[in-house]
Amino acid sequence: MPDMTILWPAILNGVTTGALYALIALGLTLIYGVLHIINFAHGALLMVGLYAVYFLWRFLGLDPYVSLLIVPPLMFALGYGLQRGLITRAGHGRDENILLVTLGLSIILENLALMAFSSDTQTVDTAYGFSTLDVLGAFVPVPKVVAFGGAVATALALWAFMARTDLGRAIRAVAKEKKGAQLVGIDVNHVYAMSFGIGIGVLGIAACLLMPSYYVNPSVGHGFVLIAFTIVVLGGMGSFVGALIGGVIIGVVEALGGLFLGASLGQIGIFAIFILILLFRPQGLLGRLQ
Amino acid sequence: MKRLAVLVAIFAGLGLLPLLVGSDFWLNAIMLALFSALIGQAWNIAGGYAGQFSFGHALFFGIGAYAVAVLQVDLGINPWLGMLVGGALGAGAGAALGWLTFRYGLRGSYFALVTLAFAEVFRILANSTPFTGAGEGILIKLNPHPAMLQFKALSGYYWLLLALTFACFLSVWWLERSRLGAQMLAVRDNEDAAAAVGVDAFAVKLKAMALSGLFMGLAGVFYTQRYLYLDPGLAFGPTQSVEALLVAIVGGIGTLFGPLLGAFALHLLGEAAQTALGDVPGANMVIYGTVLVVMVLFLPRGLASLGKAGLGKAGGRRQGLRRRKRRAKDA
Repeated sequence: MPDMTILWPAILNGVTTGALYALIALGLTLIYGVLHIINFAHGALLMVGLYAVYFLWRFLGLDPYVSLLIVPPLMFALGYGLQRGLITRAGHGRDENILLVTLGLSIILENLALMAFSSDTQTVDTAYGFSTLDVLGAFVPVPKVVAFGGAVATALALWAFMARTDLGRAIRAVAKEKKGAQLVGIDVNHVYAMSFGIGIGVLGIAACLLMPSYYVNPSVGHGFVLIAFTIVVLGGMGSFVGALIGGVIIGVVEALGGLFLGASLGQIGIFAIFILILLFRPQGLLGRLQ
Repeated sequence: MKRLAVLVAIFAGLGLLPLLVGSDFWLNAIMLALFSALIGQAWNIAGGYAGQFSFGHALFFGIGAYAVAVLQVDLGINPWLGMLVGGALGAGAGAALGWLTFRYGLRGSYFALVTLAFAEVFRILANSTPFTGAGEGILIKLNPHPAMLQFKALSGYYWLLLALTFACFLSVWWLERSRLGAQMLAVRDNEDAAAAVGVDAFAVKLKAMALSGLFMGLAGVFYTQRYLYLDPGLAFGPTQSVEALLVAIVGGIGTLFGPLLGAFALHLLGEAAQTALGDVPGANMVIYGTVLVVMVLFLPRGLASLGKAGLGKAGGRRQGLRRRKRRAKDA
């Protein structure tokens, strides 16, 4: 057992990364909880958000955190449009078709990015990029602390939105009983598109928080897609709290796995959890919150 | 019987091609399409006939590919024997994966995700263990002799691939007429109803996965022998998984000739795009992705459903029935 001076920073690193994972998973779980579809293009759409943040910084000099005002609304609009224009039309009453369409979408987005921006990895330079904060003896990069705070704040805001606003109530109503919601006058198609839009908008927030401590290239979403699925499955499909807890667990498992097994094999912990949960407890740790 | 005659005629015609086509460039292009047809048909057995959509068929492909490579390089075992082992391991992996997932009632999207995760686990494992050559990959010594499953002329590989593909299509032809095939369709269309009339859905799905894994594993063996090099990304990466399902969906899932149609249509499109656009990285995949989306949107039963052959009509009727059923359910 290595002593705490090594373990503590790894755990802290895992928790902050995990909060970002949770944020990405939050959008996925919202979309699943309401529409009962698995959005395979989630990683590719995160990549789109990251590029948006990067280009705003490069050409307009906007700080990634300032982009929080621009990128999430744009991503929301993109999500809304995709759901209304493409995804509903492709279902033909089968879940597999939606899975296939979102898979196709992710292939298109990734390779369009490859054609337009090449496979080079891009980063943003910020004044605070390399400054660190002392947390009980471990040094954590400032962007990661901000990302952690932002992720928690977003999750709380989303929870308040679902609990307190009319639209939030409508979303929950549709998630629970589609026909009943329709009967009391809720526009189900609008609610579907709003849910998808909000899920993708949250990805926009994640992109802004992620970019200062991360990078972007056309296949950056790959790494996140399976991790986000793992978190959603671990926490319980459709569960917000589950996604947050699942995100932190996965972040810590990844950090500790990397510490003990090396970066390449360390990832196996994540997939092992994914497979075990799918096999033995497919409803997830917390079941479903609806 | 008519369909068998058509099948034999097509493959006989394809078998004569190396004697007629002088250029290796075109022969190679046809080989790439044939290879897609093989993995597409392998996917089609599980995805099209038994209704189990896998996103990780590269798992079986990679297992077959690594089996023949590791046996040859590390243990000096003849690749012809390695081919048998690779196919058997592919089938075994298919059955094992099916046993694990179906036992817990994983269906639909869950099944797709778990297959994807398994392929990813194997990619990481292959990347980290010494006997697979880890990240550097594994290189097979050049020794062009039929006894070593290597050929001097491209036509040797062509006929090998053609034989494997023919075996795969013949199996599907047999499947369509067999009891097992009928049971697979029943499970695909309504698993609970099939179980209610006495079909052992679990066993049927397991057999479908094993047969699918067998041909995917053989495709992996061919790939290793053809290129004499393998690394974890080539073996277990998403490329083969996506190509296999794409070919089947474009051609028409659950049809005998669909994967062949889809493979040649896609490669023709790919070639045309390359001629028009030049060698832009990613352009091919953008087209493939677009084709996938457009097919699911407008022609979910694939190119085969366009045909006026008996098959196309049956597909259309089945779809009409399903649409009516859905309408009845919604009302």
